[in-house]
Amino acid sequence: MASTPHSEPQIIAPGHTFATVTDKIASIVLLKKTPYGWFVGLAVGFGLLNLLLVSLAWLLIRGVGIWGLNIPIGWAFAIINFVWWIGIGHAGTLISAILLLLRQQWRMSINRFAEAMTLFAVACAGLFPIIHMGRPWVGMYWLFPYPNTMGLWPNFKSPLIWDVFAVSTYALVSLMFWFVGLIPDLATLRDRAEGRTRKWIYGVLAMGWRGSARHWHNYETAYLILAGLATPLVVSVHTVVSFDFAVATVPGWHATIFPPYFVAGAIYAGFAMVLTLAIPLRKLYGLEDFITTKHLENMGKVLLATSLIVVYGYAIEAFMAWYSGNTFERFMLWNRMFGPYGWTYWVLLLCNLATPQLMWFKRFRTSVPWLFAVAMVVNVGMWLERFVIVVTSLHRDFVPSSWGMYSPTFWDWATFLGTIGLFLTLFFLFIRLLPAISIFEMRTLLPGARIEEDEA
Amino acid sequence: MSRPLYGLVAEFGSPGELVKAAREVHAAGYTKVDAYTPYPIEEVFEALHLGRSHLPKIVLAGGIVGLAGGWGLQYWTSVIQYPMNIGGRPFNAWPAFVIPSFETTVLLAALSAVLGMLALNGLPRPYHPVFNARNFSAASSDSFFLCIEAADPRFDRESVRKVLAGLGGDVSEAEE
Repeated sequence: MASTPHSEPQIIAPGHTFATVTDKIASIVLLKKTPYGWFVGLAVGFGLLNLLLVSLAWLLIRGVGIWGLNIPIGWAFAIINFVWWIGIGHAGTLISAILLLLRQQWRMSINRFAEAMTLFAVACAGLFPIIHMGRPWVGMYWLFPYPNTMGLWPNFKSPLIWDVFAVSTYALVSLMFWFVGLIPDLATLRDRAEGRTRKWIYGVLAMGWRGSARHWHNYETAYLILAGLATPLVVSVHTVVSFDFAVATVPGWHATIFPPYFVAGAIYAGFAMVLTLAIPLRKLYGLEDFITTKHLENMGKVLLATSLIVVYGYAIEAFMAWYSGNTFERFMLWNRMFGPYGWTYWVLLLCNLATPQLMWFKRFRTSVPWLFAVAMVVNVGMWLERFVIVVTSLHRDFVPSSWGMYSPTFWDWATFLGTIGLFLTLFFLFIRLLPAISIFEMRTLLPGARIEEDEA
Repeated sequence: MSRPLYGLVAEFGSPGELVKAAREVHAAGYTKVDAYTPYPIEEVFEALHLGRSHLPKIVLAGGIVGLAGGWGLQYWTSVIQYPMNIGGRPFNAWPAFVIPSFETTVLLAALSAVLGMLALNGLPRPYHPVFNARNFSAASSDSFFLCIEAADPRFDRESVRKVLAGLGGDVSEAEE
């Protein structure tokens, strides 16, 4: 284990031992009085979750007519929100899988809750393709291959069905990865919990884990294999999402830059959300020893790097529209910048091009309030990016007689805010009931875990 | 002593002591030995000569089943069961089938990694005699345990106790 000089911020504060790390993280779940802020957060989330339930009930009663959709804008908030949420999930897998394979030890205090974030974001995302059918119970036969009474099967030549396979695989693999990571920590909770019920629940979930060397040996192999599988998977998911657009011939969608540009955008949006969650979390539970400024600074750097890739995507999109010489492509570009929705494009550039450039400076990268502010701006910017892609491309395509305008209704906004409520509710329950930081991986980072060869 | 003995368990305070003890015990010829630690320790795997895990073979098998199943599903539904002309594409539009096949491969491989790991480890198993060792709940927090099982052909209660205590372990008995 390479030791860093003490003047540099560490990935774990000095002075910690196996016992203090275990105590500090497990006590959040087991002993500590729940902080006041947790109740406030859960209340906000739960309130919005109820808004979602009302919106969904009204949707099922009245149909998709309660949204602002029309022809030509047949895809709007549902797909914007779907792409936004699924993109957010990508950072969790990047942190847990790709950074594991790259042996980035700083990932260890943020991977657990980033993976939880992935799961909850995918749950919110998965809702939209289902509800945008209006009557989802009718449409299942073209989403999933099951023997139905009509003898019909999904169209495997369509990117939309690829998306179903990609997203459901992603959700299941993320769930497995997250749960496997939790098993040893559930055993820790089982051994420390007081009260029969708690012991029993954590005991059932830990499945009798006893930390045997033979078990750890298979476990580590399984964990590495899962990381190796999740890495190409996460790249495939947003690539396939981008095919939903790129395979169509609509100007503004039909672009070969889409897959890499979408993947980079997903990681960018995801890291912004990890920062959005990590900053209040460490404050709320006093976890500054484990989620240090070093972590926040590293995430700031990832944000900067991915923002540059995203901006390259914007530039290539604009360049290709001009360079193609195609009237419709050129018009799309002009319309995107100066058409009725032009302001969204400029705000988008302000959010995703200008703001992240602050991350070049250490002063901003190491300042918690600035990082939080930048992350919030990026969250908004990435939502706007999908709005620009979906709405400005569809509303004026080839034939001026079929142009139209789109404006979201109350129910569009209510459904979107409602999924934020679902996300927050799940997240706050998670940090209350399960260890938000991987305890066993933190132990491996401690100075006490170093084995001196003369001693051994 | 009413219950049969599962093994003698020694508790150590640091990973270094455990690794040293595991090496010595292995050198002394004991074979039914296991270590219990709060996190995975590479040196312990080596000291116990665990070799390579069999998990990768299971995952490979799962991946192949996923690939064949995913591809077969698409081929069968699109070419055999209900061929349909969609945009003039061939019934066997194999480039399009690559993506769902990739996803089912990953899904089945991941599923077999998780279930295979649990099966190889014999989990779920809520009860195990080693839980009866003194202070064993610390194995999930900050203590390191080494167990020589009574099933070991060289097992002799007194000599094993002496060996473990000699290595600096705090020895206790784990009953079935």
